[in-house]
Amino acid sequence: GRARLSSSEPQARHGRSEEEEVEEEEGCYQLYPGHIPTSPLQKALLAAGSACMALHDPYRHDMVAVLGETTGCLALPNLRDKMKNHPEGYRILQERPRIRLSTLDMGRLQGLPDGTLGREYVRFLEDNKVSPDTRMPPKFVDDEELAYVIQRYREVHDLMHTLLGMPTNMLGEVVVKWFEAVQTGLPMCVLGAAFGPVRLSTRKLQVLATELVPWAIRSGRNASCILNIYYEQRWEQPVESLREEIGIFPPP
Amino acid sequence: AAAGLCPCRTLLARRGGALRALCGSVRGLAAGPETHFGFQTVTEEERREKIYQVFESVAKKYDVMNDSMTLGIHRVWKDILVHKMNPSPGTLLLDVAGGTGDIAFRFINYVRSVRERQLQRKLRHHQNLSWQEISESYQEDKSKSLGDSQVVVCDINKEMLKVGKQKAQHLGYSEGLSWVLGNAEELPFDDDMFDVYTIAFGIRNVTRIDLALQEAYRVLKPGGRFLCLEFSHVNNPLLSRLYDLYSFQVIPVLGEVIAGDWKSYQYLVESIRRFPPQEELKAMIEDAGFFKVDYQNLNSGIVAIHSGFKL
Repeated sequence: GRARLSSSEPQARHGRSEEEEVEEEEGCYQLYPGHIPTSPLQKALLAAGSACMALHDPYRHDMVAVLGETTGCLALPNLRDKMKNHPEGYRILQERPRIRLSTLDMGRLQGLPDGTLGREYVRFLEDNKVSPDTRMPPKFVDDEELAYVIQRYREVHDLMHTLLGMPTNMLGEVVVKWFEAVQTGLPMCVLGAAFGPVRLSTRKLQVLATELVPWAIRSGRNASCILNIYYEQRWEQPVESLREEIGIFPPP
Repeated sequence: AAAGLCPCRTLLARRGGALRALCGSVRGLAAGPETHFGFQTVTEEERREKIYQVFESVAKKYDVMNDSMTLGIHRVWKDILVHKMNPSPGTLLLDVAGGTGDIAFRFINYVRSVRERQLQRKLRHHQNLSWQEISESYQEDKSKSLGDSQVVVCDINKEMLKVGKQKAQHLGYSEGLSWVLGNAEELPFDDDMFDVYTIAFGIRNVTRIDLALQEAYRVLKPGGRFLCLEFSHVNNPLLSRLYDLYSFQVIPVLGEVIAGDWKSYQYLVESIRRFPPQEELKAMIEDAGFFKVDYQNLNSGIVAIHSGFKL
């Protein structure tokens, strides 16, 4: 952080009162690039607004991201502490790896044998036509380390899909959300898990309720913290072995 | 760590003054005369660039955001502007920074309805004519539903003009409307051309207001009228506090939720605070050569309409 400006400025030429709520000046309050400092009232408004907008327009992924940031004030420190207390998690916090197309060696991952984390991850990206670079950087988290934690959670999301074997359609996303809700306790995941099914057909809802969700919850409870795995160092590890190690039950 | 310095609720006055110059001096000293972009200090070139980007970014959601931020009241303000203008058929209007066409469409509607009333009155006086003569006079008047009135919408931003043209097409406005890409500080028009010049919620974004006012004077015909609709300063202290609270707490949030763009709306509320108040703007308009300059506050000064004449 940087030093605060004092309020000793001369009276503004328009003679207005000195008191004025100001939310941002570039370079003075930003704790990390892209950070927008917000007051508690703004966070509350953002949380409410983004929740409504995300329900109204599910394609507004940025709203889901904002909801996560503005409601994560309890869950994020919790996650950060879990990471700090685990040797691998601690290393991740120190080294701050990022999962982006520029840091991944796609060629090497594609060349790995089938069934390995790297190969299956790339397959997942190709099959669902997604890229790790579309994750929103955090804006409203007022702590630089917690901002990294939420960024890491977002970037690891695709790996969750891979480990759980879930596609990126609505059903798959909801299942992953249930798993993440149990794992992270992030209110955004809980809300997503609870409200996501609203847009599913009855048939899918049935499968969801009877098989997928119970499995996701059991796995979530059984598994160790998913943010404590240094995925970038385990590309060669077979997915099944990694699942066993973490404690995720085989997908139905 | 940095959490202790987190400014969640700092109350700070940040405008003008030595402290700002200090902040500003860190940014290129070489690059030219300094001005403001919201509460930041930037060079004039940087300001023009940033403002262009703001409007490029907000263009598609401009109208939706206006409705959300002002709860639809901006429509009333614009209606009042056009009523004050009271254009008669045959008026040539230049609407600068007219972007998405709100003033232009209102002008066309107004002139059309005035024209219709004119025609109705004419009909009533001609009730002694034969059926044939009456229907012949329809033919003549049909082609002049606007009565030769024209509006030229001029904006510096391609995206805003694009949205305006699409809107015009969608709403069915075609005749009497032209779209020109141009800079308010240096208009691409000849001297003494227009009957009325309007700039609604645009002059705040101009970097050299004095130049824009001079250009306005130049392109108006003698007898022409200058009208400016813009956010201004609220005198009432209670209302002012509520307005500030709403502006700084709610509007950027609306920007983020509706348009996915916090920063542009943060700029917007800051730029309103930076803009000269009513009397100062009046003086600037007089400096440009206009006479009978006056202003009308709307909603206790949240918005003001300034008017002047070229004699």
